[in-house]
Amino acid sequence: MDFGPYLMLAMLEGAVLASVLALMASGLSLVFGVMRVVNVAHGEFYMLGAVMAWAVTSFIGGGPALAFIAAAILAPLLVGGLAAVADMVILKRLNYDPERTIVATIGLLYILQQATLMTYGADARPVVPPFNHRIALPWVEWGEGGLSFYFPWGLSTTSYKLFVIGAAVVLIAALRLFMTRSKAGLIMRATQLDGEMATAFGIPVERVYAAVFGVGAGLAALAGVLIVPIQQAHYLMGGDALLLSFIVVIIGGLGSLAGTIVAAVLIGMSDGIISVFFSPTLAKILATLAVALVLVFRPQGLFGGKGR
Amino acid sequence: MTKLILPAGEGAKLHSPGRRKALKTLAAGGVAAATMPLLGRYASAQSAAPIRIGFQKHATGIGAAYGRWYERATLAAVEKINGEGGINGRPVEIVTEDDGTDPKRGAEVLEKFANQSNCDVAYGTLFSHVVMGSAPRAAELKLPYFVVSEGHHVASGALNRWTLQPGITDVKSQIQAMAPFITDVLGKKVTMIFPDYAFGYDHRDNLAPAIEAAGGEVIEKIAIPPSETSYTKYFPRIPRETEVIYHVMIGPGVLTFVKELGEFFGPSRPEIFGFVDSIEATDLTSPGLEFLDGTYFWEGMPRYAQADDTEYSTAYRAAVGCDANGASLADPKDVATYAHMFGCWETLHIIKAGMEACDYKGIEDRQALIEAVEAMTDMPEGFDHPQGPKKFNGKTHQTFGQQYISKVEGGKLVKVHTASIEDTMYPDEVDYTTMSF
Repeated sequence: MDFGPYLMLAMLEGAVLASVLALMASGLSLVFGVMRVVNVAHGEFYMLGAVMAWAVTSFIGGGPALAFIAAAILAPLLVGGLAAVADMVILKRLNYDPERTIVATIGLLYILQQATLMTYGADARPVVPPFNHRIALPWVEWGEGGLSFYFPWGLSTTSYKLFVIGAAVVLIAALRLFMTRSKAGLIMRATQLDGEMATAFGIPVERVYAAVFGVGAGLAALAGVLIVPIQQAHYLMGGDALLLSFIVVIIGGLGSLAGTIVAAVLIGMSDGIISVFFSPTLAKILATLAVALVLVFRPQGLFGGKGR
Repeated sequence: MTKLILPAGEGAKLHSPGRRKALKTLAAGGVAAATMPLLGRYASAQSAAPIRIGFQKHATGIGAAYGRWYERATLAAVEKINGEGGINGRPVEIVTEDDGTDPKRGAEVLEKFANQSNCDVAYGTLFSHVVMGSAPRAAELKLPYFVVSEGHHVASGALNRWTLQPGITDVKSQIQAMAPFITDVLGKKVTMIFPDYAFGYDHRDNLAPAIEAAGGEVIEKIAIPPSETSYTKYFPRIPRETEVIYHVMIGPGVLTFVKELGEFFGPSRPEIFGFVDSIEATDLTSPGLEFLDGTYFWEGMPRYAQADDTEYSTAYRAAVGCDANGASLADPKDVATYAHMFGCWETLHIIKAGMEACDYKGIEDRQALIEAVEAMTDMPEGFDHPQGPKKFNGKTHQTFGQQYISKVEGGKLVKVHTASIEDTMYPDEVDYTTMSF
């Protein structure tokens, strides 16, 4: 394949990964920012989102589009609700102690993963996309008569992949508006800045924590719903996603939404481009190396503020 | 603590058996000798105890679909064998353990079979890295290990005297039988896409020589990790002049793999030849697979009922609970690993034949069982061997059999070519019978 179309294909693939990653990592970042909880079970909420999407689409008839819309609404709500309950029965009992919550969320990871294995099973199951058309992309070249268009072999994407990119952009913009413009967002930011002072002003911090944990998990689930028509729902799919999310959040700065988005685009695009031109293993090596360098030279992340 | 330490003399007195005690022991021995007929009767009761076959099952991990169907084929075969009077008059019992599709766990499971659950032999398992991880342990435990894996690792000489693959053919022989068809019918310039681990390497190492011998050329080899979930990024490496794509993929992402392959090429695809592994346990009518129409697949055994099926093949299909589309009778969406699981059925019948040939009594006859199976040669087609006749090579511990090529027509696989056993034979690479036990 020529270099130009090759690069464009790589960037398209990278953009899909980046958008799903941005959505998922912003959930992880939000939970850490507000609650100072490192949620190791985040990947399982992503997996649960995909599995719920499969469950909802297979039990609701009425065509793939309707079923998908139902899944996109129900799956994040169910997963978010489950996470809020987990927060109240587990994390709250540990007083949100940073070390103990890490161990607790590792336990949660295994409980969710094994419960899925016992109920949903070990198979990868597909979800039909609401729409999916192959879009062949043109490329330009200098011909005898100046610039001319042609369609290179393999340079294509699908309408659903473009939709995923668009949906992620809209959802992240909405999250940003929610955090900066709404009262609930204000309360969350107040709790993030100073939990004790927030309590003094009558903010029910524990309820805010439960809500934040739920919203964080819901974002991961939404990412899972978006990706499942491209990949398939499988009980082990959370592992790689969790690793990439951590890479993104560490590079972007834990708790910084803007940093998370920038890092997701950086990691997603570089993963896409490096995997296409070299190898996927090299892409993972470089991403991990980037994390190491960030931790050494800028431990708070590219966009993270100084710790209090 | 010091109180417990006795002077040497006293301690010796306490533990040395006295003369009286020695006499007692002798007397007890005499009584035992006198009751030998009783013991004999006990021994015959022992021999009516079930023969226990340890089944290494991919219940979880990336091989779960194979595990589920391997178990169904296994239980169906055991039901048939027990219905026909068991092995040497003894019933067969399957002891199932999950190996997690993980080599380390695979070796632990073998140990459990040998030391805890008193299994006579170990059997099962498809994924070649699990076989590679488990086989050395089988040799250490001196436990006969019958694998149903397709890998060339048995016949290549990489394993040991205790590991056999009598019920399913290996990748090298399959490729050798497919190569002439690929170059004659589809095209000379081949790009291969294969999983980046042991089983994939069998394809990588054996395809190029086979294609070259058939007058073609492998122009690019693309390795993909078996745990991969997104595939489009690998496809730009397919060279423009490719005439045939040769694909074999495995793991939970296979449906995504074939879908993305179709999306990549769109309407102008080259010829495509795949190993059915790429769509094993996957519904051919899934959305996005329409482009496969007109492409070809290797099949170990045709998934869809064919017009010329033998009565054995039809009876086998009913026994394992599959419909004419190779899906579960209970759930038409639950598609079988039909091209592979016949190996379980046939291997269990070979274990039965081997145990009957050596008059297997118990674990002390394990070595005799290996020797009995090594002595086997022709296995005629029948209800015990529904996939077709086999030729077993005792030296390489590998069986040889017919291979099938099917074409996708209207969402079904239709058999278009049967490769003979002779097409699949290659010179021996090892003689396990010269190795010590």
